[in-house]
Amino acid sequence: MQVIEADKLGKRYRLGVINRGMLYKDIQSWWARIRGKEDPNIPVHVAQNPAAVRGDEFWAFRDVSFSVGQGEILGIIGRNGAGKSTLLKVLSQITAPSAGNFKLKGRVASLLEVGTGFHGELTGRENIFLNGAILGMSRAEVRSRFEEIVEFAEVGKFIDTPVKRYSSGMYVRLAFSVAAHLQPDILIVDEVLAVGDAAFQQKCLGRMDEAAFKEGRTILFVSHNMASVRSLCTRVIMLKSGRLEVDGEPGPTVDRYLDQGSVDWDVSKRTGSGRLRIGAVHLEDAGGGRMAELVAGQPCKFVLGFENHGLGPQDRVTVGLSMHGAGTDLFANYSHYSGREFSGLPARGAFEFAWPSVDIVPGHYTFGIRVFANGDQHTGERLDTPPPFMVTIHSSDFYGAGQHGGLSHGVMLVKGDWAVRS
Amino acid sequence: MQSETDRSAGGWDRVVSAKSGWLKLDLNELWRYRDLIYLFVRRDFVATYKQTILGPLWFIIQPVLSTIVFTIIFGQIARLPTDNIPPFLFYMCGLVSWGYFADCLNRSAGTFTGNANIFSKVYFPRLSVPIANAITNLITFGIQFSVFLVVLGYFTWKGAPIQTSWRVIVLPLLLLQMAMLGIGFGCIVSSLTTRYRDLAMLMGFFVQLWMYASCVLFPLSLYPKEWHWLLVLNPMVPVIESFRFAFLGAGTVEAYQLVSGAVASLVIFVVGVVVFRHVERTFADTI
Repeated sequence: MQVIEADKLGKRYRLGVINRGMLYKDIQSWWARIRGKEDPNIPVHVAQNPAAVRGDEFWAFRDVSFSVGQGEILGIIGRNGAGKSTLLKVLSQITAPSAGNFKLKGRVASLLEVGTGFHGELTGRENIFLNGAILGMSRAEVRSRFEEIVEFAEVGKFIDTPVKRYSSGMYVRLAFSVAAHLQPDILIVDEVLAVGDAAFQQKCLGRMDEAAFKEGRTILFVSHNMASVRSLCTRVIMLKSGRLEVDGEPGPTVDRYLDQGSVDWDVSKRTGSGRLRIGAVHLEDAGGGRMAELVAGQPCKFVLGFENHGLGPQDRVTVGLSMHGAGTDLFANYSHYSGREFSGLPARGAFEFAWPSVDIVPGHYTFGIRVFANGDQHTGERLDTPPPFMVTIHSSDFYGAGQHGGLSHGVMLVKGDWAVRS
Repeated sequence: MQSETDRSAGGWDRVVSAKSGWLKLDLNELWRYRDLIYLFVRRDFVATYKQTILGPLWFIIQPVLSTIVFTIIFGQIARLPTDNIPPFLFYMCGLVSWGYFADCLNRSAGTFTGNANIFSKVYFPRLSVPIANAITNLITFGIQFSVFLVVLGYFTWKGAPIQTSWRVIVLPLLLLQMAMLGIGFGCIVSSLTTRYRDLAMLMGFFVQLWMYASCVLFPLSLYPKEWHWLLVLNPMVPVIESFRFAFLGAGTVEAYQLVSGAVASLVIFVVGVVVFRHVERTFADTI
């Protein structure tokens, strides 16, 4: 039995129109139009190219059609910006589609975040009821599962303490526990599983599995964690630039996703002499398996494929990788820093940069690549500077207790032991 | 959000489409979320109460202080007439009833901006927020109103020229009208603030002005009768006058005023809900 049917769904955003947010600016634009003058608030790229006014809109995804049967666990994968999150928001009814329609059968609950609506002044008990109601449960339903929720959350005697006094681990466990005990017919889940300590994450995955297989619930699951997509989902759809690219078995679809390499180059934007060109770039884990994203605290390898267009055996090449994010430059590592210059490069090959441990706070970061011949970045011949690319670092249980500070507490993750000396 | 129960078409419980319908209000759905409304009321009440030292006492102190200030400024200094009612009672009656409307209006007006975080993460009928607000405010009103009744009792005992009549039974209707007007107008403002943030800044000032135009500080009888129709275009005027007429026995209440007030409130309520329902479809895109 089909419980979700999406027909040519699309979501359009109007650039520049949203978030103008000021009455006087709208009046200013209107007044300019009346006098036949140029609108002072029009986005610059539109003003420079009036023909692009139609380009003032942007489709997060378009023409997405699929259906889901009861009891399926459908994984939705794709790169950042592929439209996954927007699709989830539309299916969760947080925002309306701009085109097409979808139909649902049964009760739907969506978890784009755990603990939505938690209020610090309220006790754990009160928050369980409030959060349950926000997620669509009646008070009677919450009451009937109350003991289970408290037990799963492992908060025990603190249940009547205001949650503002909870540790962040307890807070997250309580929030997830409410979510895990929802009993909707369709559950829509964003990467909320990337919370809590490793053991708790495992427990949550088990709970989802159980919900689908034993209780016949349908689950839509968006994740960057290919391992859990592979093990949990019964079917996977892959979005690419807002289009539905693949709809099929988890194994092959995940493989195809990872095989694309991690970076889509816009070849026209590169600079340099071109005697060597960086080609496909991808990420590998410690075992050499491909990854779409990095995991905080784990080792990884950047594999930068290249094509040699005329470097001779004498040419010495130095290659560098830089990382940027959180408004700053995080590092640049040129191979000559560690005395490595490469000569006698083959016609095709790859540079490898092994990073022993990605001790960086989870988030989206930009990476840049530079390749020089016969000198360093100041004196050498610039061979290639491909455009920067974005890589996501997703969270892991870095400190072993399911917690870490956000970006506002610094970019680095540093392991250390705290103790008291008397 | 566009949704409808349409079991005839293949047994789907919910069909969400890009086409926008302006006039659909899913009351069934709101009813299914009644527990959420109850819990919102509870949360708001408990949270307000826990965060202040004096707790619910504030609900009492606030109108009493305002009444004292108004009694001094408008009663003692400006010497505005009060239909022969003791000024303290006159102002308190106006302020307590106005307070309920103003609270409904102010809180409904902040629905989208104040709940952006929740609204962008989970779906539930958004109207449950202003409805819950109107109920929470009813609790506040209840406390303040009790104080008013105590003051009223005191003045009656002292033999002040007031006549509380059987007409007080209209109280629920007056409250309903204020709730509808407050929610309706608040929904319009809330919908506009998603586009024009500046409006939020004007609200406080606007509500203040509206109060001065609503016969809270002076009786309608202060004005010549031939101008009453103009003042009564403001739907709060008949509400406040009726309130005083029922509880204090002084006020100018005529049938046409009641009808015009009720119709205006209903129209504003419907327009507000319709606009609100339209904006909630894409509100999450603008944050």
